[in-house]
Amino acid sequence: MFTAAAIAVALAHVFAVYRALKGPTVFDRVLAANTIGTAAILLLAVLGFLTERPEFLDIGITYGLLNLIGTLAVLKFFRYGDLARSAEEEPADT
Amino acid sequence: MNDWFPEILSWPFLAAGSFFYLVGSIGLMRMPDVYTRMHATSVSDTFGAALLLIGMMITAGFSLVTAKLLIILLILLYTGPVATHALARAARYAKVEPVLHKGEEGSSSKL
Repeated sequence: MFTAAAIAVALAHVFAVYRALKGPTVFDRVLAANTIGTAAILLLAVLGFLTERPEFLDIGITYGLLNLIGTLAVLKFFRYGDLARSAEEEPADT
Repeated sequence: MNDWFPEILSWPFLAAGSFFYLVGSIGLMRMPDVYTRMHATSVSDTFGAALLLIGMMITAGFSLVTAKLLIILLILLYTGPVATHALARAARYAKVEPVLHKGEEGSSSKL
């Protein structure tokens, strides 16, 4: 059953890469990157179980945290044009 | 509990988790615009991933591996909505229009 889960998560990777390549707006690509990150964590966990290696789960934990920070950094960049500005002054056109 | 029982018990969880994970990623591919795609992936990120992880926890039984799986589950359940919220706000600021009726072009933003 673990191989079925691994195949399903690998398929999710393929669909996310398809969306990343095709996505019209940049936010589709950020969404695809986020999905790939989550799918990578799960693939790590499933493979850790398939190959009887519990260390993979530690990699999954760190990658989960990194994935959130990466997504938020990219989004902040696309919202304010640069990463330097702080978030107090909202853009006028809300 | 002899050894085959957790194995059998985890099968429905893993099967359902894989199914919902695929449903979410197919939704990511077929949905017309950013917002509905976000809706689709949040299905797979939260529900599909939770079922898969619970299936693995059952297989692992009471051990350090289950604790790590629990941490991964909490991380996923926490970071998924945060990232999706930030993405929706950023898309909204960039004036990405949702597709409200059939046949409209995917999204009219200039990005």
